[in-house]
Amino acid sequence: MSFFLEVLIGGLLAGVMYSMVAIGFVLIYKASGVFNFAQGAMVLFAALTFVSITERGVPFALALVITLAAMFALAIAVERAVLRPLVNAPPLSLFLATLGLAYVLEGLAQTVWGTQVHGLDLGISDAPIGAGAVSVSRFDLFAAATAASLVGGLGALFRWTRAGVALRAVADDPLAAIAVGIDLRRLWAIVWGAAGVVALVAGLLWGARVGVQFSLSLVVLKALPVLIIGGFSSIAGAIAGGLVVGASEKLAEVYVGPLVNGGIETWFPYVLALGFLLVKPAGLFGERSIERV
Amino acid sequence: MTTPPLLALDSIEVVYDGIVAALHGVTLEVPAGGIVALLGANGAGKSTTLKAASGLLAAERGKVVAGSVSFRGAPVRARGPVQLVREGLVQVLEGRHCFPHLTVEENLATGAFARRPSASDLRQSIERVLERFPRLRERRRAAAGHLSGGEQQMLALGRALIARPTLVLLDEPSMGLAPKVVEEMFTLVRTLHETEGMSFLLAEQNAAAALAVANTAYVLENGRVVAGGTVADIRARVDVRDLYLGGTGTGRTRFRARSEAPPPAT
Repeated sequence: MSFFLEVLIGGLLAGVMYSMVAIGFVLIYKASGVFNFAQGAMVLFAALTFVSITERGVPFALALVITLAAMFALAIAVERAVLRPLVNAPPLSLFLATLGLAYVLEGLAQTVWGTQVHGLDLGISDAPIGAGAVSVSRFDLFAAATAASLVGGLGALFRWTRAGVALRAVADDPLAAIAVGIDLRRLWAIVWGAAGVVALVAGLLWGARVGVQFSLSLVVLKALPVLIIGGFSSIAGAIAGGLVVGASEKLAEVYVGPLVNGGIETWFPYVLALGFLLVKPAGLFGERSIERV
Repeated sequence: MTTPPLLALDSIEVVYDGIVAALHGVTLEVPAGGIVALLGANGAGKSTTLKAASGLLAAERGKVVAGSVSFRGAPVRARGPVQLVREGLVQVLEGRHCFPHLTVEENLATGAFARRPSASDLRQSIERVLERFPRLRERRRAAAGHLSGGEQQMLALGRALIARPTLVLLDEPSMGLAPKVVEEMFTLVRTLHETEGMSFLLAEQNAAAALAVANTAYVLENGRVVAGGTVADIRARVDVRDLYLGGTGTGRTRFRARSEAPPPAT
């Protein structure tokens, strides 16, 4: 039983990491209805920028500030160069633009900072800490706590700030948002900036786990089942989806894996997502429209 | 010397998606302090006309391809919808378009964002609007999606008022509302006009209600203005009366006479 719990908790904590990437998608999807394929490249870009700066002897906090500034500069550049010219273009054009953006970002990051793998030490040990018979990784707990505070921060932002209210308004009804005078361009820059911050946090946590390298941009593929299960337009959904994917893939690997010679962790989430598409296509927390009776 | 009109559309042509022509040379004026009714059947181009004025056409892939639209004497082409709202031109969309998941207060707040008010200014503005709409005050923390149609229309208008407009473009405010609520809406329009000097361009299918408050009126048909003038002129025109104002007096009598006639004896 304690082994089951350990696997479950380990899976949930890993799932938090998936959620972090998925949240970046949700932000941009809510504001502009675009599936931002470049979110993974933004994770890579952020982590690589941060690591390369620290490797040049810049202290941790300053490097964090510089990288944050870089992510906001990137957001503004994307709004100017990609989104503004494509305003009112069909969603598919926008999606393809983000696909192109992903390649540009990956290339840019590696041209500037090189292609070698960087180690990233956040100074948090991976040593297990125990509670009774169950022990979990200290780093995983740290990652979960970071994610929780990030989500809390974003939640407060959307609940209380004008940008947050404006963002929810745009998600509800874009035409009405324009009609009442909400500045969509400014909002997009803010949202891409916020997605950049999320990408940075995700990049640091993932980078510390697996090293900062090109494959970081592939976490985008792991976020896909998370989004399908949780729903594209809900941050709560991204979290729930991440936890479901993390827990189920680890449990499946441990309990079902041996029956089929293992290795099902890599594809199990996609099968699960397929199942959700058949049964609950909007996802767990997908757009629920208010129906008045 | 005459003062320039608040809003002037000069023989504008509008095309959607680059191919679908919606307006063919529409010319109309809203004088400062006027209430102008824009009448016409479904699909005549009323909404398109309003959107051409408010700069919302682009969001629906429409474009003014000829003619000019000017607000306060300057062309709107160079100014986006955000800028126009700041300058006092606000459109209330057909079908209310409240933000369903936002509360009543949040909905109202969005209308003020364009002028970037201070926190206290924003609070006061919301209070002022709520004073005008007691029913909205009762439901200030309810999600707009849960309001009745009439309440949503009030909210949509309140959200426009909070931007402190000089000209409000009202698109089909009576649509789907009970007659009593329609009357309330138009009374409010008249009050705003009389007490705040607000101007209105009112697109309506409910011609009787619109003409009761308007000073001048235009009739649109298939993207063209087929009649325009003072309300008295419009009422006097028999062809317009037949088509848009519920038929001529005689026509209506005939209809009534027929339906009230006793059934033939069997």
